[in-house]
Amino acid sequence: MVDVSKGGTPSGSVNLTKGQAINLQKNDGGTLTAVRMGLGWQAAPRRGLFGSRTREIDLDASAVLFADKQPVDVVFFRHLVSDDGSVRHTGDNLVGGVGQGGDDEAILVDLPRVPVHIDQIVFTVNSFTGQTFQEVQNAFCRLVDETNGDELARYTLDGGGQYTAQIMAKVHRAGTGWQMTALGTPTNGRTFQDLMPAILPHL
Amino acid sequence: MTAELVRGQNHPLSQVRLEVRISAGAPIVAGATIGDEQGQVLGVEWVAHPGAPTLPGLEVSKQAAADHRLAVDLGAMPEAVHRVSVLLALPSGVGGPVRFGAVAAPFVAVTGLDGTEVASYTITGLEAESAVIAVELYRRQDAWKVRAIGQGYSGGLAELLTDQGLSEARHLADTIDEAVSRAHSRSVAPPPPRALDGDRTRRTASPAPAQSAAPYAAQGPQDTQSSGAPEQAGPLVQGGQGAASAQPSPPYGAQDPQNTPTQAGQPDGSAPAGHCGGAAQADPSATPQPSAPAAGAPIDYSHPRRRTAAPSPAPQAAPPAGPGQAARPVAGDAGGWSMDERLYNQVWGMFEDLARSVAAYRSAVDFADSRLEKEIDKALADPRSRVGRGDAAREAARAKHAELVDQARAALDRDLSQLTAEAEVVEPALPLPYARWDNPVWHGYRVPMEMPMALRLGDLRLPESAELSIPMLVRLPLERGLWIDSGGESLDGSLLDSDELRRLAMDAAVTHAARLLAVHPAGEFTVHVVDPAGSAASALAPLVRTGVLAGPPAAGAAGVADILGRLTQRVDLVQMAVRGGAADSLPPDLDTAQQLLLVNDFPHGFDDRAVTQLRYLADEGPAVGVHLMMVADREDAAAYGPLLDPLWRSLMRLTPVPDDHLADPWVGHAWTYEPSVVPRGSQVLQQVLSQVAAARRSGNR
Repeated sequence: MVDVSKGGTPSGSVNLTKGQAINLQKNDGGTLTAVRMGLGWQAAPRRGLFGSRTREIDLDASAVLFADKQPVDVVFFRHLVSDDGSVRHTGDNLVGGVGQGGDDEAILVDLPRVPVHIDQIVFTVNSFTGQTFQEVQNAFCRLVDETNGDELARYTLDGGGQYTAQIMAKVHRAGTGWQMTALGTPTNGRTFQDLMPAILPHL
Repeated sequence: MTAELVRGQNHPLSQVRLEVRISAGAPIVAGATIGDEQGQVLGVEWVAHPGAPTLPGLEVSKQAAADHRLAVDLGAMPEAVHRVSVLLALPSGVGGPVRFGAVAAPFVAVTGLDGTEVASYTITGLEAESAVIAVELYRRQDAWKVRAIGQGYSGGLAELLTDQGLSEARHLADTIDEAVSRAHSRSVAPPPPRALDGDRTRRTASPAPAQSAAPYAAQGPQDTQSSGAPEQAGPLVQGGQGAASAQPSPPYGAQDPQNTPTQAGQPDGSAPAGHCGGAAQADPSATPQPSAPAAGAPIDYSHPRRRTAAPSPAPQAAPPAGPGQAARPVAGDAGGWSMDERLYNQVWGMFEDLARSVAAYRSAVDFADSRLEKEIDKALADPRSRVGRGDAAREAARAKHAELVDQARAALDRDLSQLTAEAEVVEPALPLPYARWDNPVWHGYRVPMEMPMALRLGDLRLPESAELSIPMLVRLPLERGLWIDSGGESLDGSLLDSDELRRLAMDAAVTHAARLLAVHPAGEFTVHVVDPAGSAASALAPLVRTGVLAGPPAAGAAGVADILGRLTQRVDLVQMAVRGGAADSLPPDLDTAQQLLLVNDFPHGFDDRAVTQLRYLADEGPAVGVHLMMVADREDAAAYGPLLDPLWRSLMRLTPVPDDHLADPWVGHAWTYEPSVVPRGSQVLQQVLSQVAAARRSGNR
């Protein structure tokens, strides 16, 4: 119960619905420099005997950097930093749900450092071990102002289904600033590479 | 805590249910062979591969992939099984790369079921090989261990399996290829090539394994950026492929009386980056450190027995910047226990930031170029476009191109000016081992009381930032030997007279040796010189005249044989003592100093036995404090053919003149290396060596 245990959405944060976009700026209106895309999930409770046994859900968060719909770089558990240094993955979490209320995996984006030709960064979560989202609950992504920890936006996914990946959100250029759009598209694949066909329509 | 293994190193496994995670820049085949107590693979049914993916206690993937997770249950292995060798191969006949040299270095990690890494290994130095034994899990006295192997085979799976003793190797290799191509026809298209290329360095947020294995990797031949000769790059990459003598070596991780336990540790180059946002706060406990004292504690790089003072206070934080202004850089603005360590980390942070900023710039320019090309092609192909409209389209495309390139340049200039400002405060603050020879700190030289953590061997630059140079710091004790290349030509294409180049190479070698002598405490670093024909007498004069050498330069075949014999014996003795856990049993008269052998004119004066000994020293020496510095033109030794390839490959190649052959561990740019030179007319080398010699004499008294 990620959200509820923290008493709902922190003030100032926008709860996004699928397809909704917000402009990214500091809560005081200033320019954002560093943001963190936090992704979290929990194993759905098991029914019946031994229902409390811990189960592991190994979801992997990835970020794909696009320039004019061409993938340029990918940040994932085996390539933790984009070559340009602007996007950093904080590391693979193989269990999920460990930090209740916290993020299971986080990807940091240093916005001024994003190369000028990169116009969209798409965030995905996929199940390497092939578990479906039926076994996952409370999957969310949230964007945090890394400089002060303020949550800017949160998107909680609908209930799970028979798919192994989710295209969560994208952060993209809009004018001189950046926007975040909640995507929430279920798809299938073990790694980001499998997700490419599903990502392309969202660019 | 993860042990980052180097080739030959082993690590105990406390669990029997494991995963072997493999990651490569391109789809590869993963499999495993199991062997009995003698290491024999008794038949094809002892091999798990895509065509037969399951054996008791072992399961591999059915298809080629860039990432694998092999499930291993050592407890379920039959009693007879004593060895599990994990093998990787590039799939043949599917149009992918055919040599490991063309893809990112494969990364292998042994993890527990909860994903905790137990040990990891980056297989560097592969070239023409298309199959490789990555690691082996083996049973020793009822306990299992993992060993990093990295044995490559240019003959592919067939050669690898033959080497494992399988008579049906060729047939089995064909079976595997067939199974893979069947699976391939079912699988999705390979990932975008750029993303693959981007996957050259992995786990950089936690320390890059590439960095700890080979902080300055040689430029890979796949780098089109490099104007340097790719064929020369081959021998520079560390470690890797199998020399006859490259059998799995004894535990490198074992403590040796001369080596600090920190030898394999390489601080996180990304951590200190002062201006890369929140990402700079990397967890210090994630630093690779096989023999780390306590999990979770910050890594202490200084010698445990030489700690003389409490950690010096942290430098003052950078003053808050005014609005819209970048923070003013401060020397030592990075993590570390001592000022030297903080500066070391800061230099690595600057190195990484520059590499990445230039990567961003190059990526943007490449994109602008290819977009321009596409748009012009489109304008040309459009049948409706009249002459005038086609011109307008081309004009618009060019304007778009120029605008993007200008933006990219502006972003790069912003980063460069920040890094330049940082370099301006860092360079003067560098301690003597990291300082250029023209730094005044050298005039206050005193023989040090302890070995520094690193040494500057020169400067690194990129063409985009000729003004900004990054000190090239290598960890001490040296993890690999040095090769000062006296062949080839200089970067600007001007063919130097070969005698001139040889002289410059020897001067550079003497300067490096002098610096090594200067930064070690009195009597803790011994330099031997082999100059078979006496051709380097004038270059060696500063070392000979001041009396800092262990003895006069060895001349002739007899001199070569004598000195190699002594050093080989020393390596054997120390290895035996380390293996037997009996460091006390070393002869009392053994010189406990680190040893450096400087070889000029190779292979002049070397017979076959001497060559074999030299290769042995290059392989086994660094772990027991015996180091090699070769001043050589590879062409001179061409008669030996591929026999010497592993030797050249095991050494770090440096040049006497600027040359762009060194790659950074993050994006693999070709950096121009320039050796540190003593300013013309300066007496600093002479003065420093005189003090070193005086300290040696008083120590021996």
